[in-house]
Amino acid sequence: MTEKLTLVSHVDAINWNRIQDEKDVEVWNRLTANFWLPEKVPLSGDVQSWNTLTAEEQTLTMRVFTGLTLLDTIQGTVGAVSLIPDALTPHEEAVYTNIAFMESVHAKSYSSIFSTLCSTPEIDAAFRWSTENQNLQRKAQIVLDYYHGDDPLKRKVASTLLESFLFYSGFYLPMYWSSRAKLTNTADLIRLIIRDEAVHGYYIGYKFQKGLELESEARREELKDYTFSLLYDLYENEVQYTHDLYDPLGMAEDVKKFLHYNANKALMNLGYEALFPSTVTDVSPAILSALSPNADENHDFFSGSGSSYVIGKHEETTDDDWDF
Amino acid sequence: MASLVYFSSTSGNTHRFVQKLGVPADRIPLYSTDEPLKVDEPYVLVVPTYGGGNDRGAVPKQVIKFLNDEHNRSLIRGVISAGNTNFGSAYCIAGDIVAQKCKVPHLFKFELFGTQDDVDAVRNGLDVLWKQQ
Repeated sequence: MTEKLTLVSHVDAINWNRIQDEKDVEVWNRLTANFWLPEKVPLSGDVQSWNTLTAEEQTLTMRVFTGLTLLDTIQGTVGAVSLIPDALTPHEEAVYTNIAFMESVHAKSYSSIFSTLCSTPEIDAAFRWSTENQNLQRKAQIVLDYYHGDDPLKRKVASTLLESFLFYSGFYLPMYWSSRAKLTNTADLIRLIIRDEAVHGYYIGYKFQKGLELESEARREELKDYTFSLLYDLYENEVQYTHDLYDPLGMAEDVKKFLHYNANKALMNLGYEALFPSTVTDVSPAILSALSPNADENHDFFSGSGSSYVIGKHEETTDDDWDF
Repeated sequence: MASLVYFSSTSGNTHRFVQKLGVPADRIPLYSTDEPLKVDEPYVLVVPTYGGGNDRGAVPKQVIKFLNDEHNRSLIRGVISAGNTNFGSAYCIAGDIVAQKCKVPHLFKFELFGTQDDVDAVRNGLDVLWKQQ
């Protein structure tokens, strides 16, 4: 490799008692409070359920998870680390080290799932598939190219799109199994990953917006155009990848809705308006409620569908500060 | 004229949603050193969910402080909450907590700074709500 390794050129001892951006502390606290390890999830409870899947369903599941492993590996080893030299505050640098480590935990947790559910030859075959699938390799390459590029804000865009968009063709499947009461422990583990990725995407997107504030109007336009064109590139590739994976089981159409839904959220994390209209983001309610039991379609009191009028579903809060 | 009261951190997502609504709104101050907000008219509260994954700290401290003022609390008519479905069962939990504490309906949930559909639904819903008051 000919490129020069970029590191932070000057380092002062980090002082957490002098904070320039409160968001750094807030996100650090969130991430550390959310810390988890795959060993805490009782994956062995899924062995019986795994054996009820057809061979085709098992293959799909393993391929999906090796694809996710690749993205987590990129993000842990290159992506989050590449953001450190351009951090605006020392605390931001520290947050990226946390993100990088947690991505490595995510990557490792797929191996925990594999070793619990599958045989070594099956695992090897799935990893081989991940190195041979063109659309998976292409998405890895697109993102890696931007991480190696010399534009710090473009790196943040690529990173946010990875965290908030590229994972979701994969996340769909464990939510699907969970909605059918299959692989429920695995789904619990994936939900922990999904929660982390939301904080990562939110934070990197926030730092992107902070960086934009310092740029000229022309440069902001350039970055907006760049964001949407990168999203289109990744989206086209993601649609192909979705068909590669899900066509054998006829599931691709609903997965695409999930892609649209999450692409909108990725854009919002970067401060841009949603792109896909609600007519193509209407993910099946079973998937949405596997993701979040609170996201039921009756959440709109205004429309008169009204179950949200039932107040007090939440029994108590642990906040001590309420004095009424 | 009744209005909105909202809180938004430096990321500004909730602020952006409220701006898109284009209705009168007062912002709860970010810092405890700022002059506290006092209201004198009925309002709907727009609150983001904090904490990212559990009940603890889900309602921003600044919002709790605002609601701890009994006069402020007596004028709340409903709550709208923001969140992210990635947080699973904690999605928009701040709205559930405030609704329960203040015995008002949890009117609407949206993600991040909301889509145009969310903005339309809330704008129309608020029109109807205030006519009923």
